[in-house]
Amino acid sequence: MKHIRWSCDPLPAPADRGTLIPLGLGNSLGDCCLNNGGTVVVTRGMNRLLDFDAETGLIRCEAGATLDEVLRFAVPRGWFLPTTPGTSFITVGGAVANDVHGKNHHWAGSFGCHVTRLELLRSDGRRLVCSLAENSDFFAATIGGMGLTGLITWVEFRLRRIVSTMIETESVKFRDLDEFFDVSEGTDARCEHTVAWVDCVTRGRGILMCGNNVDDAGAAGATLKPHTEPRLNFPHGFPSCALNRFSIRLFNQLYYSRQLRKRVRGLQHYSQFFYPLDVVKNWHRVYGAPGFFEAQIVLPPDVAKEALREIFKQAARFGQGAFLVVLKKLGSIRSPGLMSFPRPGVTLGIDFPNKGERTKKLFTEIFRIGLDTGAAFNPGKDALMPPECFAKTCPNLESFSAFIDPAFSSNAWRRLTKGLL
Amino acid sequence: MKTCIQKAFLVGATSGIAQALAERLAASGAALFLAGRSGGKLDLMARDLRLRHGARVETLAVEFEKTEGHAGAVRRAWEWLGGADASFVCHGALIDQKVCERDFGEATRSFQINLLSAASFAGEIANRMEAAGHGTLVVISSVAGDRGRQSNYAYGAAKAGLTAFLQGLRNRLFPSGARVLTVKPGYVDTPMAAHIRSSLKVSADRAARDILCAAEKGCDTLYTPWFWRPIMLVVRLIPEYVFKRMKL
Repeated sequence: MKHIRWSCDPLPAPADRGTLIPLGLGNSLGDCCLNNGGTVVVTRGMNRLLDFDAETGLIRCEAGATLDEVLRFAVPRGWFLPTTPGTSFITVGGAVANDVHGKNHHWAGSFGCHVTRLELLRSDGRRLVCSLAENSDFFAATIGGMGLTGLITWVEFRLRRIVSTMIETESVKFRDLDEFFDVSEGTDARCEHTVAWVDCVTRGRGILMCGNNVDDAGAAGATLKPHTEPRLNFPHGFPSCALNRFSIRLFNQLYYSRQLRKRVRGLQHYSQFFYPLDVVKNWHRVYGAPGFFEAQIVLPPDVAKEALREIFKQAARFGQGAFLVVLKKLGSIRSPGLMSFPRPGVTLGIDFPNKGERTKKLFTEIFRIGLDTGAAFNPGKDALMPPECFAKTCPNLESFSAFIDPAFSSNAWRRLTKGLL
Repeated sequence: MKTCIQKAFLVGATSGIAQALAERLAASGAALFLAGRSGGKLDLMARDLRLRHGARVETLAVEFEKTEGHAGAVRRAWEWLGGADASFVCHGALIDQKVCERDFGEATRSFQINLLSAASFAGEIANRMEAAGHGTLVVISSVAGDRGRQSNYAYGAAKAGLTAFLQGLRNRLFPSGARVLTVKPGYVDTPMAAHIRSSLKVSADRAARDILCAAEKGCDTLYTPWFWRPIMLVVRLIPEYVFKRMKL
């Protein structure tokens, strides 16, 4: 592990002429930031803000700055991230390399859609400023490029204006998948942010949560106060057996029942709405030492319902429950990223506690369903996808590989392209 | 934390502790003059401080080994700031002891950076403070200067010299009303100590907080974190005929 602390510094030399891969906060769920036998370059020290235009909301910062840091700076000034994933504890460089998306994908597209320029440091020492106009091929390869095209040293992107930190929310209960599709049809058009939590044990009931930014500065409780530090820390050594079919079933039952009425309206601070899990530091320790596997899959709209049913059925067959099951619809705004994961359809994010072989077999089934239906998987959250599946779901794989820096590689990349390139 | 330091001069401004100091000083509204080896790094740091805190910041690239340039650098800082409430001398280099044993050139470099260059800056700043009858000079020495040990005596000797130099400076400046604070950090989580694994390591921000607090109170010597004071007391009290047999 080596550190790079200044965006003007050269790349650290890899140990024993091995390969390099950048690591931000290490919160990717898969193995895209691991590099066995090579060197991991920690970018966290590069976290300076470099430029900000208060008129247009264009911000430039070093790649190791976190979304959390950007928000602390931007929110009091009346600006917010253009789109945000479910945690603010990721770096801006990581947001670009994984081309993350958020609850407003159908309105705003992915993070990469808002990046205007970035600098790429290649292992031959070249510094490429990339945008849609200059080095546009490297620009396209780097957005969603899993950190393989070189080290992103700084990123310039557009913030969006807000007049309040509050979100007007609406949550709607649905009994099954059919109802989810009916209800979300209406809310997608009306609400900028939408996401649904699903109880996969009962195969499809859940709660759809949507919201819009409060756009009236005079509204009740409208402030520009940013979020506070997380106060709780999940302890080490939580017994992994605490998560089993029964406790997950109980959790899902309780979560579903916390809302009694069909439709509830409310007002939430953005931190509660976007980052419910950020309140507890290291929440992933709930899975204990074996950890968990996540799959994020985007299903074509016409087959989504059937495929979801099939996935839930398989989870039940292997006796695997899950309590972090998230459904959302992705819109048609295309990212400039060559390898970008988001595409029109319905995306399912699902976490399974690691139960060894049983979990791996289940994932084999999920990948099979994905391939049968023309789905795609998010490589930033994956640790198990086989190369054939990756090749089939990434149409741009070949053109992308031309832009990989010869000194860069990762566990994920070697696994996903084994025997392919 | 608000400090009454409104105008500060930082030498070695891109070092881990100095970055944390600058962050805290800028947050409390101080104007900062940053001197350091790399103009590129100083520029990145200044941009961040200006943006995040709206601070008034100026930078100057200096060569630490060339002591003849130091007076000019201090003059530039004083002119730009209009005199300083506090000056921080933070640069240093931890050169591997084994390398210094093989090559006395490297040991000389350790003396040059850690002792001669720091003392030169401290002396120039002290002259200005004495004339003004105002200000606090904060210099980062080290616990390593408290006793020579086989594991790092090239570094320790330079820091011991620096500590003695600062004692004399403090003694000399006392009647003028200017103050001198010697800081003796233990393991701090900075690039300099990146290779050291220790449960006694603290964050650079913690060290910066202690330093500003001690500067405010007008302390003479600060051990940061505090537990290094009793630890070093014990280390200093061990009789030499025992100490020379120990592997420290």
